[in-house]
Amino acid sequence: MAICLVSFPIGLYLALVGSPPDYEQRETVRIMYIHVPAAWLALFSYTSMACACAIAVIWRHPLADVAARSIAPVGASFTFICLVTGALWGQPTWGTWWVWDARLTSVLILFFLFVGYIVLFDSFDDPTKGARAAGILAMVGIVFVPIIKFSVDLLELRTLHQGASVSKLSGPSIHSTMMWPLMAMTIAYTAYFVGVVLIRMRSTIIAARLRSHRVMLAQQVAQSPRNRE
Amino acid sequence: MIALLAVIRRDVSLVLRRPSDAVSVILFFILAIVLFPLGIGPELNILARISAGTVWVVALLAVMLSLDRLFQVDADDGSLDQLLLVPLPLEAIVFAKIVAHWIVTGVPLIIAAPILSLLLNMDGKGFLVMVLAMTLATPTLSLIGAVGAALVVGTRRGSVLISLLVLPLLTPVLILGASAVDMVLTGLDATPLLMLLGALLLIAIVLCPWAAAAGLRLVQE
Repeated sequence: MAICLVSFPIGLYLALVGSPPDYEQRETVRIMYIHVPAAWLALFSYTSMACACAIAVIWRHPLADVAARSIAPVGASFTFICLVTGALWGQPTWGTWWVWDARLTSVLILFFLFVGYIVLFDSFDDPTKGARAAGILAMVGIVFVPIIKFSVDLLELRTLHQGASVSKLSGPSIHSTMMWPLMAMTIAYTAYFVGVVLIRMRSTIIAARLRSHRVMLAQQVAQSPRNRE
Repeated sequence: MIALLAVIRRDVSLVLRRPSDAVSVILFFILAIVLFPLGIGPELNILARISAGTVWVVALLAVMLSLDRLFQVDADDGSLDQLLLVPLPLEAIVFAKIVAHWIVTGVPLIIAAPILSLLLNMDGKGFLVMVLAMTLATPTLSLIGAVGAALVVGTRRGSVLISLLVLPLLTPVLILGASAVDMVLTGLDATPLLMLLGALLLIAIVLCPWAAAAGLRLVQE
């Protein structure tokens, strides 16, 4: 099932990047198809990671810790892609690689929150404690997601970054020839996200099982009659 | 209430017995601010332009340095386990420890900040706002920093980790505080920003002791 989910977006990637609609002016606008879904997925993955941490802390579901730890690197990668493609897109269109407005700064902070989560989780010897501590950190950082979402709309007059054109109350204001590839890329990214997170979760659980098997084996060898003398 | 005052008094007297911990924070503050004119050059106009932001950034870093002392010292000698067993709510004890931390680090920073911004040639009209904004912001720094300090109590290399975790969360305070002083320096009114700083402080007072106590409980299990 995970393999199926991963192969679906790979096909879509090639189909879409190869043939988006023609533009009169700039070829660089095609970076939008990579940049915007990455931004959406970055916010989505932080929200889902915080929800997983909340479930882990409140209900102690055993898979929730594993899920949050698996989402973190994927979310960090999406944020990184968003920042880098944004800079690459900004240079030819705005004339600058970076500007310190609300949206770019808060997405950069989101990246540091992901990295901080991973670092805190891995700095504990006991993974259960690491999961709890990092979970609290993730939940504290959830305040940044609304800030990012609304930062462009609040300060639209004073920033270079384009305002919201898809999720406005009056309906999307983006043309349909650009809307469909954008949506398709978003679906592709999401399927990739789900597939990769599931694969990571499976490998984490299998690694834990391997560790406990190894420990059991070592115990058996230590207690066997040969070694008792 | 009396018990909370006792916790505050305990922490403050512990620091007063060995003042080198708190004094080193202030010394770092002074030294780091002195480094800026040495690095950037002595031209007074440029220093005046960056003075507000520099003082705020260095204050943030100084508070970061002092945070690992908040819980780690108690964890090392076992008194943290005793504090966890006290019949008072853990959130109240954490709040008392944060108040003590602020008294020992925040208040000296508030006093030192206007004096040191003289070194950076800050214009005189910024001093009052600097003190006001720092008074509102340093407790917030201690509160949010305490959440980070509580989460890293069980790990090695806690102090570096605290900085990595807490600095992203402190950026709104930094932006608001530095902008408040900059606005007054350019002649505008900074009251809305001071109100926002106050709002952040109130939110932090409510949420941070709870989060830090949850972190201490879950990590000390």
